[in-house]
Amino acid sequence: MSTVALPAAAPPAGMNVVRWIGFKTIVIREYGRIIRIWGQTIVPAVISATLYFVIFGNVVGRRVGAMDGFDYRQYIAPGLIMMQVITNSYGNVVASFFGAKFGKHVEEMLVSPLPNWVIVAGYACGGVVRGLLVGVAVTVVSLFFAHLHVHHLLAILAAVLLTSLIFALGGFLNALFAKNFEQVNWIPTFVLTPLTYFGGVFYSISLLPEWARRVSYVNPILHMVGAFRYGFLGTSDVNIGVAFALMVLAAAALFATAVALLDRGTGIRD
Amino acid sequence: MNALSVRGLTKTYRNGVEALKGIDLDVEQGDFFALLGPNGAGKTTLIGIITSLINKTAGQACVFGHDIDAQLEVAKSCIGVVPQEINFNMWETPFTIVVNQAGFYGIPRPVARQRAEKYLKQLQLWDKRGGISRALSGGMKRRLMIARALMHEPRLLILDEPTAGVDIEIRRSMWDFLREINDRGTTIILTTHYLEEAETLCRNIAIINGGRIVERDRMSSLLRRLHVQTFVFNVREPLAAMPRLDGFETTLVDDHTLEVEVSKDENLNGVFARLSALGIEVLSMRNKVNRLEEIFMALVEGRGVDDPQVEAAPGVARGAAGAARATAEAHR
Repeated sequence: MSTVALPAAAPPAGMNVVRWIGFKTIVIREYGRIIRIWGQTIVPAVISATLYFVIFGNVVGRRVGAMDGFDYRQYIAPGLIMMQVITNSYGNVVASFFGAKFGKHVEEMLVSPLPNWVIVAGYACGGVVRGLLVGVAVTVVSLFFAHLHVHHLLAILAAVLLTSLIFALGGFLNALFAKNFEQVNWIPTFVLTPLTYFGGVFYSISLLPEWARRVSYVNPILHMVGAFRYGFLGTSDVNIGVAFALMVLAAAALFATAVALLDRGTGIRD
Repeated sequence: MNALSVRGLTKTYRNGVEALKGIDLDVEQGDFFALLGPNGAGKTTLIGIITSLINKTAGQACVFGHDIDAQLEVAKSCIGVVPQEINFNMWETPFTIVVNQAGFYGIPRPVARQRAEKYLKQLQLWDKRGGISRALSGGMKRRLMIARALMHEPRLLILDEPTAGVDIEIRRSMWDFLREINDRGTTIILTTHYLEEAETLCRNIAIINGGRIVERDRMSSLLRRLHVQTFVFNVREPLAAMPRLDGFETTLVDDHTLEVEVSKDENLNGVFARLSALGIEVLSMRNKVNRLEEIFMALVEGRGVDDPQVEAAPGVARGAAGAARATAEAHR
């Protein structure tokens, strides 16, 4: 090994600079991971969305006719985009953070001076990045099947960002508690998928009986899809103000919970 | 100033195992310090607490005066750690791994890239920088973890068995590298099962057993306390019978090899004088057993190092701590 030439110790950078650079590093690493395995992170969402449009949009949709006064394909397009955003934001963080736990390279961050809130923020942002990349890809696919009119751009952006953030944080919590790969799949299979299908992606809840409509309002995904759909169609099953308030509260609560659990060492420290 | 200062550190795991039972330890700035102990003694737990990978039960730990409770971020920025187990992402490239690690310590990316080049070259990994890390050999993976730990140029470098599974040539070059880093002012704490490594590199030593520090001394002082050592002499002419060396216990191993026990009150000049008087020409000489190993075994078995039984003769120190010995031997 060649001669060591350590320079004189540089003065430590301000901790805020350390945190900012650390945060960017986590996001860059997550982005690198998404791109490195694009066949697993981007392509499946595009294929799924295409199949949904072909089967539900073209084949079934023709018989369904209009939904809330809109062409069925146009109606389900925001829901299908949001469905992929939800699945991928969640899936990115749960897979990446659990993988880091499993492979022990989470220790690279845990021994560093980064506070836990920066680690949570970095992973959540990584999930949002994947959610947005997939969202854009599925939006492009949807343009082949439906005419997408933008009614309120800010509502679209806010809804997709908040939804992506919420499910990225959900994925982080799942990864913290998961002890094996099986547990990584429990929540997406038994919670996320049913909630998404019952969250107004394919239908308006106005078609449901009164009791089912009331139950649907408890489903957070209904509010997310509703807010997003409002941005495109200008109509929604839910109150937009309530939907955004719920999303902001949910994101804040999940972030605080994730940081508190990481501070306690849940799932990562004895 | 102490690089590390630990007071009353205890750790009880959820399963009830008391890994640390009130550790007090100081490591001076600039030291090359050995932390030895058999498997399960508490070394990795102690390192885990200092690096915040394990929550302590009670006690205090300070790194360069920064309490890990009150000033965790500053304390952690002073530490570089090379863990016992490989813990980098096997699917990332060595270059990415070290650059990202620098980022976690707030090193801007352009600076991180320059340092990555410097340390990967110094650790002979530069030509492997672009391949996936999974493809590296065991020794390369160990060196990559050292490069990674140096990226933020820490003041305290903690190495938890850094040369485990590394061949002798690479191990020796790693020793030179670590010596140079230490000479430049970096404090190093080393845990290892290669006791020769600790004896060669370290100036101070603590031996931990059953969650307690059972010995803390300068390496040279500790080795001086060894009661008896056995030296092996290779002689030029074949010996027909065992020569009588008055005052020394002698064993004839074969016609060219002689073992002589020398107590700490005697010296080798006497042995050479007697051998010369008998016309025996010595070609080479070596210690039969690693001296530190004998002390280590005595301490972990609960005997004192001043116990007359603590001698470098074969056959001693084979008791309850045989597993630790077996580990040390298996690594040779």
